[in-house]
Amino acid sequence: MSTISIIFTALFYISLFIFIVGMGRKIYQFSITPAPLKIPTAPTPLTQTGVVFRMIREVTLFESLFRSNKWIWLFGFLFHFGLLLVLVRHLRYFIPGDLPEIFLLMQPFKYAAFAMVIGLGGLLVRRIFIPRIRYISAPSDYLMLLMLIIIGVSGVIMTFTENHTDVMMVKAFASGLVTFDWANLPTETHFLVHLFLVFVLLAIFPISKLLHVPGVFFSPTRNQVDDARKKRHISPWALKQEKEHAVKLDQTLGKDE
Amino acid sequence: MAAKEFDIPKLPTYIEIPELNPGVMDGDGPFKSVEEFQKPLGFPGEKIDNWQEVAIAKMGELKSKYRSVQVFLDSCVKCGACTDKCHYFLGSSDPKNMPVARQDLFRSVYRRHFTFAGKYFPKLVGAKELDDNMLDDWYNYFHQCSQCRRCSVFCPYGIDTAEISMAAREILDTVGVGQKYCNQILGKALTVGNNLGLPEPALRDTLLDLEEEVEEDFGAPVKYPLDQKGAEILLITPSADFFAEPHIDGLIGYGKVFYQDGVSWTMSSYASEGANFGMFIGSYDIMRKAALRIRKAALDLEVSRVMVGECGHAWRVAYSFWNTLSGVGAGAQSSDEYAMKLQKQLDDRYPQPQHIIEYTYDLIQRGKLEFDKSENDDRTVTFHDSCNVARATNMGGVEGGQFILPREVIKAVCNNYVDMERSTIKESTFCCGGGGGLLTDDLMEIRVKGAMPRMQALKEVEKNEGVNTLAAICAICKSQFSKVLPKFDFDPYMIVSVHQLVSAAIILDKPQTDAEEPAIEAEETAETE
Repeated sequence: MSTISIIFTALFYISLFIFIVGMGRKIYQFSITPAPLKIPTAPTPLTQTGVVFRMIREVTLFESLFRSNKWIWLFGFLFHFGLLLVLVRHLRYFIPGDLPEIFLLMQPFKYAAFAMVIGLGGLLVRRIFIPRIRYISAPSDYLMLLMLIIIGVSGVIMTFTENHTDVMMVKAFASGLVTFDWANLPTETHFLVHLFLVFVLLAIFPISKLLHVPGVFFSPTRNQVDDARKKRHISPWALKQEKEHAVKLDQTLGKDE
Repeated sequence: MAAKEFDIPKLPTYIEIPELNPGVMDGDGPFKSVEEFQKPLGFPGEKIDNWQEVAIAKMGELKSKYRSVQVFLDSCVKCGACTDKCHYFLGSSDPKNMPVARQDLFRSVYRRHFTFAGKYFPKLVGAKELDDNMLDDWYNYFHQCSQCRRCSVFCPYGIDTAEISMAAREILDTVGVGQKYCNQILGKALTVGNNLGLPEPALRDTLLDLEEEVEEDFGAPVKYPLDQKGAEILLITPSADFFAEPHIDGLIGYGKVFYQDGVSWTMSSYASEGANFGMFIGSYDIMRKAALRIRKAALDLEVSRVMVGECGHAWRVAYSFWNTLSGVGAGAQSSDEYAMKLQKQLDDRYPQPQHIIEYTYDLIQRGKLEFDKSENDDRTVTFHDSCNVARATNMGGVEGGQFILPREVIKAVCNNYVDMERSTIKESTFCCGGGGGLLTDDLMEIRVKGAMPRMQALKEVEKNEGVNTLAAICAICKSQFSKVLPKFDFDPYMIVSVHQLVSAAIILDKPQTDAEEPAIEAEETAETE
């Protein structure tokens, strides 16, 4: 194996490890942190089924964002939906051997790369030119978009221009990562850049705003059922306090019960 | 501060997103609390020496106790969807009043101290130190947030600036930098029983006077009972209802509805306050402490129903939090002795707690009230959805009931009703500008500026539909509007309680006996001994 292949193979496992451990820790943290009060935001579903549908609408259609700002919604949706299709299509590289027939149907998904890049471009333009959004942007916000744009554009170049990379070699490399049957990877610059930035993205996922992905599922204003009057909702720490009858103010403001 | 001159915003024909004017709302914030008000709440009397250390530790504690804080701090992608949603930003054009920018005052410190990227690459991710300037900004700008939750409706992740603002205020209190208005009031609420500091004898006198006045005016012996043990309903209402205009006309209305229904009810001198300012300062303990007074009153007075008057923040705390804080509600597990003690006493045929609007609405539906709607014919009414009712509660147990029920009650007593522009009502309602602990004269500038979006929508229906009455179900909205309406060339008396409209139209006759509820009737007779 070439040195560069060894480095990239190692980078893959390192970034994947950081991603899995980091996300695991973060999701664990979100899940053990109690939500002591009922704080769903209107329009609130009154049943658990209603909450499930609300969440589905939120993560598939970006319902709240649609209500909020049509341009951000359009670009955000183009990007995320494009990315989803592109990711699904990338599965072909990780499955060793012949592909199931269903992958033929996914062939057109390659065009989703354009949706993705257009969406990202729109978001970047807004971030640069709309003063309100520029005001709230840190360098990392621009970098994140740039990185995704470079990933998208390098992918487009490989797929739609003469600068193809050796797809069979890519497949041998990628599926080799899964089966631990490591292989050399093509060394065209745009491919290496594409791959490297994807690894970077994986690694920074748990320490960046990309945490919005698990975050939305844990958001109490979106995932709580509006049934506070019907069911008593109490967090472990508040229950402990109640049991110990520890209202801190007892020392300063007189006992109540 | 209080005397600072400022321009009253001109009302545009439609709401425009203003150009950014950084620093336009810079300042020292509202009057700071002093030892006298801080100490009783368990907060340091003045800014402590090691405040940075304590503040960061408190931040760590809060994010481990509140999932909202942790998830909201991590999840924002700075998409900008919320940037034009805050009434304080629309009215003031200060970019730090954009919800995300307000949160970032807090988030940048969180990043610096609790995240890998912020610790090692602070510049890259906009992480900042909690220094004196930052603390001043916190104090100033977290007291320019009315915790109305409008931004949360529009955020793709539901990030609620109110949660961040409450956390920031709790940290500020913990290091001894409290707000005078809220903390002084809390001291009164937790010792005397209401935010005004009105003691039992004064309250009793006020209510007796009210009874006389109502009998004189309407010819019916409507009672406003206090501390009546064994009454069916305990009414918890904002103390503003006891004396201030237009609030008291609402109280008169509640009494007439109770009278007409023939139900026995009482208020409590021990728990004579609906509004719970503990929520504003973000303190679970203090909010619970205030809520416990209501639990105690309900137990002591042996009531079977707890009802809440027209008060937005009271209703949020009552509807969403009472069951958690003090067991006033239903559905506790049988092993939960603390909650069961009260819930066994409460009548499960009614929602607990119930809003006065739900009660009146139900009576109207059952045909128990008669109205002469022409009494309100001089009015063309519109309804201001109070932020905390609209976005944090429900009424009637149907989706959107908190929007439907008040409108149905108004329409049952008025012939002329119109809604304001859809994007300014219901879940998208604009805050009155005075909520969340901002209803103090030293914050008049932000109150007036923050009222601009609501005033703009009102101006439109005034022009196009001839609206001359603004009805609301929140004591803060009513007080705030009384103050700011004239600044935008409206009649200050156009703001009314919904139950003032009910009061004007209701036809009083002898209380009917309620044959459907013999059990409760029997109880009542027993109590009169």
